[in-house]
Amino acid sequence: MLSFNSSNIVSKTRTIGRRMFLVSSFKAIVVVGILGRLAALQINQFQKYSGLSDKNRFRETQIAPPRGIIQDYFGKEIASNEKIYQLHITPEDVPNIDTLFFKLKNIINLTEEKVFLLKRRMAKQKRWDTLIIADNLTWSEFSRVNLFLHELSGLRPVVSIARVYSDNASAHVVGYVSEVTPRDLKNKTYLQDLRIKEVAVGKTGLESLYDQQMFGTPGYLRFEVNAYGKKIKQVSTNNGEKGKTYRTTLDQDIQVHAADLIKDVSGAVCVMDIYNGDIVSMVSSPAFNPNAFVHGIDEQNWKDLISHRDKPLLNKAISGLYPPGSTIKTLTALCALENDVFTTKLNVECTGYIELYGERFHCWKKEGHGMVNMRKGIKHSCDVYFYEVARRLGIDRLAVTAKKFGLGEKVLKGFAEEKAGVVPGTKWKLNQLGKNWYLGETLHSGIGQGYFLTTPLQLCLMTAQIANGGYKLNPRIVINDDEDKNPLLDFFKFRNENPNDSASIDDQLKRFNLEPLFRNQENINFIKESMFAASNEPGGTSYGSRHNDKKFIFAGKTGSSQIKRFTQEQREAEVKQSDIDYLERDHAWFVAFAPYQDPKYAISVLVEHGGSGSSAAAPIAKQVIQKVIERDEVRKAFISQLGEEV
Amino acid sequence: MFYSRASIHTPFSFKERFFSIDFTLLFSVLILGVISIFAQFSSSGGNFDYFAKSHAIRFGVFFIFFILISFINIRFWNDYSLLIYASLVILLILTKFFGVQSQGSRRWLNLFVFNLQPSEIMKIGIILFLSNYYHKISTNDVNKLKYLLFPLFAMTIPFLLVVTQPDLGTAILIFFSGAIITWLAGVRWKIFAYLTGLLIILAPIAISFLKPYQKSRILTFLNPDADPLGAGYQIIQSKIAVGSGGLTGKGFLNGSQAYLNYLPEKHTDFIFTLFSEEFGFMGSALIILLYAIIIYRITRIGMLTRSIFAKLYCFGFASAFFVFVAVNMAMVLGLLPIVGAPLPILSYGGSSMLAIMLGLGIAMSCNIYKNTTI
Repeated sequence: MLSFNSSNIVSKTRTIGRRMFLVSSFKAIVVVGILGRLAALQINQFQKYSGLSDKNRFRETQIAPPRGIIQDYFGKEIASNEKIYQLHITPEDVPNIDTLFFKLKNIINLTEEKVFLLKRRMAKQKRWDTLIIADNLTWSEFSRVNLFLHELSGLRPVVSIARVYSDNASAHVVGYVSEVTPRDLKNKTYLQDLRIKEVAVGKTGLESLYDQQMFGTPGYLRFEVNAYGKKIKQVSTNNGEKGKTYRTTLDQDIQVHAADLIKDVSGAVCVMDIYNGDIVSMVSSPAFNPNAFVHGIDEQNWKDLISHRDKPLLNKAISGLYPPGSTIKTLTALCALENDVFTTKLNVECTGYIELYGERFHCWKKEGHGMVNMRKGIKHSCDVYFYEVARRLGIDRLAVTAKKFGLGEKVLKGFAEEKAGVVPGTKWKLNQLGKNWYLGETLHSGIGQGYFLTTPLQLCLMTAQIANGGYKLNPRIVINDDEDKNPLLDFFKFRNENPNDSASIDDQLKRFNLEPLFRNQENINFIKESMFAASNEPGGTSYGSRHNDKKFIFAGKTGSSQIKRFTQEQREAEVKQSDIDYLERDHAWFVAFAPYQDPKYAISVLVEHGGSGSSAAAPIAKQVIQKVIERDEVRKAFISQLGEEV
Repeated sequence: MFYSRASIHTPFSFKERFFSIDFTLLFSVLILGVISIFAQFSSSGGNFDYFAKSHAIRFGVFFIFFILISFINIRFWNDYSLLIYASLVILLILTKFFGVQSQGSRRWLNLFVFNLQPSEIMKIGIILFLSNYYHKISTNDVNKLKYLLFPLFAMTIPFLLVVTQPDLGTAILIFFSGAIITWLAGVRWKIFAYLTGLLIILAPIAISFLKPYQKSRILTFLNPDADPLGAGYQIIQSKIAVGSGGLTGKGFLNGSQAYLNYLPEKHTDFIFTLFSEEFGFMGSALIILLYAIIIYRITRIGMLTRSIFAKLYCFGFASAFFVFVAVNMAMVLGLLPIVGAPLPILSYGGSSMLAIMLGLGIAMSCNIYKNTTI
């Protein structure tokens, strides 16, 4: 093998050595490159990749916090949370899904349809993701499942919480919760980064208004998951924060009583504290069962609700718009007195109608009231008298007064479903309808017909502001601890404590930074006195519904808002309201305040298509007032107990 | 000259031979082997029975095999290199027909006791064979056409046999191992330049022959974020694992990327990623240092040894070893496309371990018989 000469070996060795040197240099460069890359990834970009690694590693499941509770004035729970019994399933742990469903059908109420839906949903999700089979089992079903649990592997009985409402009376004002819809996700931004499937959100009323606060802060369970998303172990938990509890001004006892009184008619009742604007009661009829929505309302039930003639889902107290009818006469009269257009003594002769440019405007009483002054006009609700008042007053001055007393604007802040109503005027008509105002329309407006549209709560507020002597109220339904002090209450307190203060009312008001709604308080007192006459003097429109007990005596004004004007033939044939189609009958109104001697509460009652206010609305008001005055003592006792001021 | 002449005829005593072992190299390999057992223990989620046990047994057996081979005279490897090469080609052909099919490729030959992957051994076989070839021919002939075509032919045969298994990664490494020897033997720059040029021209044609998954790997390498859940997944997850390891790592058995199955092939191609995640930059640098020591020691043997065959072999093997390590690391760090190249010693795999230990054994025998002329 030693056939090569040594020079060959030497030259080869030299070549190899030289080339090896080049290769080694190249290797060194590559090593530096790899070390550099390592340093870049592990030292420079550590934060970035560490974050990505954690993102890989952890998954969070959100836990819905218990929803805030809605209480009445006395802390009684109107909307609270209850334990519910659910059945969860983890498809991964089920040996045979069909057998399981077959067995389950004998234990709980499970329809073929529901099984089909569950299977379809199951196919869409990961095998280890939990699926809810039954949302709200009865206790007996739940205990039966627990009994047979050893045969039902993969099934997990779970005790959870859900909304429950104590009764239907407050369904409209409190609202209801139900499943999240795409529209909720769009409107309620706080729901967008929520990843809880079975969460209920407020749809109407207070539930919707304070949804975010009552929802609370979701907690979470943090899991370590593997690359396929399977949970490996629980890392940490956070229970979140319970939703805020709201105490309302409502009295659940009155709510239930009032709802019971109007359950056979379609209508609304509102009761308001005339000094602090607390809404003591607000019910609408027909009511619905808010609990039906919590676990998803069934189709038939929903169809019944939305196709119902009387619109049970509508909160008529704030969303129902009706012409105020004769109840507005209190304002028409007040406006005339304040503007010095009329005096209380001025007489107008009522012959049953007046004529204006050849058109006849009828009084409700065909034979007429004879000579009518303002007190009598309100007491008998004489239309002809108020046609004359309105004619002299003009629509725009009436509109100013009506707006001052809260008509034509929303009473409560934030309620999405509340309507503002309409206070007509010459400018309003030109803007909205593009037409000029006619004098005839002023006459109709003067008795609350025509374009006027109000809600029961607005009329309740109007009455309350007359009853308290003409002071602006800020009605509230939720008691907010951090709410600013109400200067009006301080004013009333001052008046109570210093009845003989020499300063004029105007000076006193200025001291409390308040603006009165009147120019001369005598005018307000005159209206109150006239309303007393209407309710408590023979011949008054609501005399039949008066209270004889001094404690309950109220002063009120009836009203009926026309749906359709009577034709001449009907008028001559003396057609009664009960003789015409239900949907063409007048709406019946009654507004009042009580007790007359020392007013505390204002009330408005609306009965849809009830005919006349005196026959349909006033009797309901009578009973509500009795209840409210009775409950007043409880309320006062509760306030002193809380150490709050009146 | 005198010394060499004398030493040829002087048989070593066992004691002399034993103390001519390069202990630095030996211990570096041993340390790396121990580390590899821990890495495999971690790759099976802290379970010794799974990969770690068989890896430890393999390492133990092949480490002894490495020491034993060291005592075989270097002349034996020179004399039988053609035979070894030819046998490996035959094994590759046999694999083509009788190989065990797994995951769409035919790479393993069932030898009843274990499955052998001849392509891994070929990485060493080609070095042996070409070292012998260039040892025999004269310096003047190296750049002659006839003497150029033969090595090219010798490299192309196994390349084609392996690339059609299909196993692009190993085929490239075999070709590369051969090419290093031709380079070291003194083949002109120009010829490499021409061949590279030709390759660039032929590349588009070659790419058209690639399997769709191979094409997507190359495209993915160019832009891994284009399809983060598909082909780019491996590179992205590997980078996340390495990057999140930081300076000191997440701790032994705490590599969440590996432990939670985000890391693919974590016991073979991505073992360095796993190690890097758990031991950080410091641990990774230690591994690189150990590899550097091994490569340096083999290169040093090449410089000390007298015969051209041994020189070519040691330099060639050191360079090939370097390429295996560098390609694997560059791959898992997102610097090269994922081609399927194991990391020597650390990766799980018998044939790869056998090939590396065989290569190291021959290098060691070059050290023991460094004064032997052929």
